[in-house]
Amino acid sequence: MRSVLVAMALIASVGPMALNGKVQPRIVADSRGLPGVRSTFVVHESEKQPQISADRRRLSCAVSAFICGNLRLSLLLQLPMQNLRLPLQVQVQNPRPPVVVASKPFGESYILSEMFAQILEARGLTVTRRRGLGATEIAFGAIKSGAADVYPEYTGTGLLAILGDQPMTDAAAVFARVARETHARFGARWLPPLGFENTYAMAVRRGMADSMRLSTLSDLARVAPRLRAGFTPDFVGRADGLPGLTQAYALHLRAVHSLLPAIKYQALVKGEVDVIDGYSTDGLIARYDLVVLRDDRHFFPPYEAAALVSGKLERDEPAAIAALTELSGRLDVARMRALNKRVEVDGEDIARVAADALRDLGLVGGVQPATARQRASDVSLGSYLYRQRGTVLSLTARHLLLVAISLIAAIVVAVPLGLALERTRRSAESIIRVVGLLQTIPSIALLAFMIPLLGIGIVPALVALFLYSLYPIVRNTYTGVRDADTGAVDAAQALGMTPLQLLRDVRLPLAAPVIMAGIRTAAVIDVGTATLAAFIGAGGLGDPIVAGLALNDTRMILSGAIPAALLALAVDGGLALVERAVHPGGVSPAR
Amino acid sequence: MIALDDVSIALAPGECVALIGESGSGKTTLLRSFNRMVDPDDGRVLLDGADTRRLDPVMLRRRVGYVPQDGGLMPHWRIRRNVELVPRLRGMADSNARANEALRLAGLDPDRFAERWPRELSGGQRQRAAIARALAARPTVLLLDEPFGALDAITRGDLRLSFRDLRRELPITTVLVTHDLGEAIELADRIAVMRAGRIEQVATAADLVAHPATEYCANLLRRSGVGRG
Repeated sequence: MRSVLVAMALIASVGPMALNGKVQPRIVADSRGLPGVRSTFVVHESEKQPQISADRRRLSCAVSAFICGNLRLSLLLQLPMQNLRLPLQVQVQNPRPPVVVASKPFGESYILSEMFAQILEARGLTVTRRRGLGATEIAFGAIKSGAADVYPEYTGTGLLAILGDQPMTDAAAVFARVARETHARFGARWLPPLGFENTYAMAVRRGMADSMRLSTLSDLARVAPRLRAGFTPDFVGRADGLPGLTQAYALHLRAVHSLLPAIKYQALVKGEVDVIDGYSTDGLIARYDLVVLRDDRHFFPPYEAAALVSGKLERDEPAAIAALTELSGRLDVARMRALNKRVEVDGEDIARVAADALRDLGLVGGVQPATARQRASDVSLGSYLYRQRGTVLSLTARHLLLVAISLIAAIVVAVPLGLALERTRRSAESIIRVVGLLQTIPSIALLAFMIPLLGIGIVPALVALFLYSLYPIVRNTYTGVRDADTGAVDAAQALGMTPLQLLRDVRLPLAAPVIMAGIRTAAVIDVGTATLAAFIGAGGLGDPIVAGLALNDTRMILSGAIPAALLALAVDGGLALVERAVHPGGVSPAR
Repeated sequence: MIALDDVSIALAPGECVALIGESGSGKTTLLRSFNRMVDPDDGRVLLDGADTRRLDPVMLRRRVGYVPQDGGLMPHWRIRRNVELVPRLRGMADSNARANEALRLAGLDPDRFAERWPRELSGGQRQRAAIARALAARPTVLLLDEPFGALDAITRGDLRLSFRDLRRELPITTVLVTHDLGEAIELADRIAVMRAGRIEQVATAADLVAHPATEYCANLLRRSGVGRG
């Protein structure tokens, strides 16, 4: 009870408050999502919607997850963070929640997602962008739980990855089945397809295709034992990916490397691998003059792109459904490929590409702005970073906040746990090993597990970071206290210290440097792991990294990676000072 | 396993008894049963006629001085804070003055040593500080567990001399664990020879040398070069 009161007092003192449940939080057009070069995401010239609060970032941080236990009743503490560029701000109260538009972490998904967002805004709806959600499990998990309202998905993925059904070949039949089953099982709705297919495209270098006379996947199977493949982890794992392909074509490759989408094309062009899994609409296939092998046995199911919307949106916002449906049947392969090329190859701003596409389709009005297109790669890295300083600063602040909250929570839990384990040494090692096991859960998997419980955004990210921070702190607290100068501890006890005095005045001070070292390790791991928070929409410096990887934009990646590395160094250095400060005076020379 | 078996020994007020024996003979276990760092399964330890098992171990320990072989100083406290430990635990208002007096008794000048860290002292100085810490609250009993065992021969000699002077000034009932018969003869009023958890003989140094009760005692004397053989 007292802790709840403390939380209330804390919130009252900070100001804006939201109850995660009945009362809706204040509505803020969120400018997060894709930071970086393409910084014009939020401010669209054509929109009548006021942008007053657009740059006001709010970091909702759940102090409650650990305090209240009941997440539905959890109090969200909103910390306003001023954006440096817009000092004058007015808050807008909106009675309706924003439509949360999500995407998966690759270029086409970003573009389609941005088109969804812009057409919703053009029809007068408020939008929050949560792009680059880690994988199908996370993106669809967000739709299922209502944490996101819409994202672009492909019917083949819906059939195989979401429903777990057997492959089918007829596009109309696939859509019908997927639409029916997804609604029946998960309450989510597929809107009519956008008009193009984006299936897997097994791509090889033209030179190799010519010399080995490859044009179909059957041809590929013939020479496969001599070839090395570079496939995305997703493709390697899913039934409609490598396992199915291996069966359908008796395809036995010499080696299969797991490659991220962003680097597989470069690996192929450089000759590191011989075949990759592209998407048929990828702009890079044309750029690198690759040959796509024909699926002559019709193994891959149809992958028609469509908007996948949450049951909540369908129920509450018919206007949003109507706006999104305007796009159905309007995009053909050629147009999509051209849009992908502008973003992935030419490095154009996604917001502009999406706006152009909507205008060309006659869905929004306005004329093309005359400003020159400038590729991000045309400026030096330094001036690029300088131009992005505001974004980078606020992302860094958010990153630091993620790390700080999760680390403090981990200290509060792990230090007492380490002390308790020291008292019951027999079970200590096995319990510490269980905590260590948490460390081995892949972060994407951990984040995916948490969506049904915690949705997407900052809360699951904090919980994941918290769990990853526990082990080094528990381990070091336990060993630090256990191994603290045994002679001194024995003498202190023999001279009449109570167990509490012994702990507080002798064992903890002597163990402090070891405990601090554990905290330091956890903090540095946290700074790195927090970049993965972007996969679940929590923001931070992972945002430009994920977006840059999806868009093949090195500068954007570096605008997140460099500050993250510097932050890790700074955090480590700062904690080293703390470590020195807590070092017991007489133990070792304090320099 | 039984560490001590059928051991009975009584100390007169102000007396110093040395427990001597090989490693594993039970002398340290016996010593630690006096301040209840070890509790016997069976048997009693009486302090001024009171059964120590009826006393709160923490309160008992604050009345019993203790010096381990390695000194056991708190490395994160300066010497003064170390020596003030027991007076502070007992809530004595004059802990500072008591620390100064104890340091002087142990042969350390408070002005020179009180503000130093333990690591800044030599091994002998650290043991003096540990003795000062054990004495600062004027305990009823002083327990010493091979207090000079880790020191070089010259330092050990110095400390033995100081300790004899100290005991003359401050006759506290003392139990001294040692494996050095010469040290026992020099410092103790009586010597208890221990072997495999039992006491072989308790006698004054002179009696022990003149009439070793068992073959083991005679051998011990011979090996130490004190006996007649």
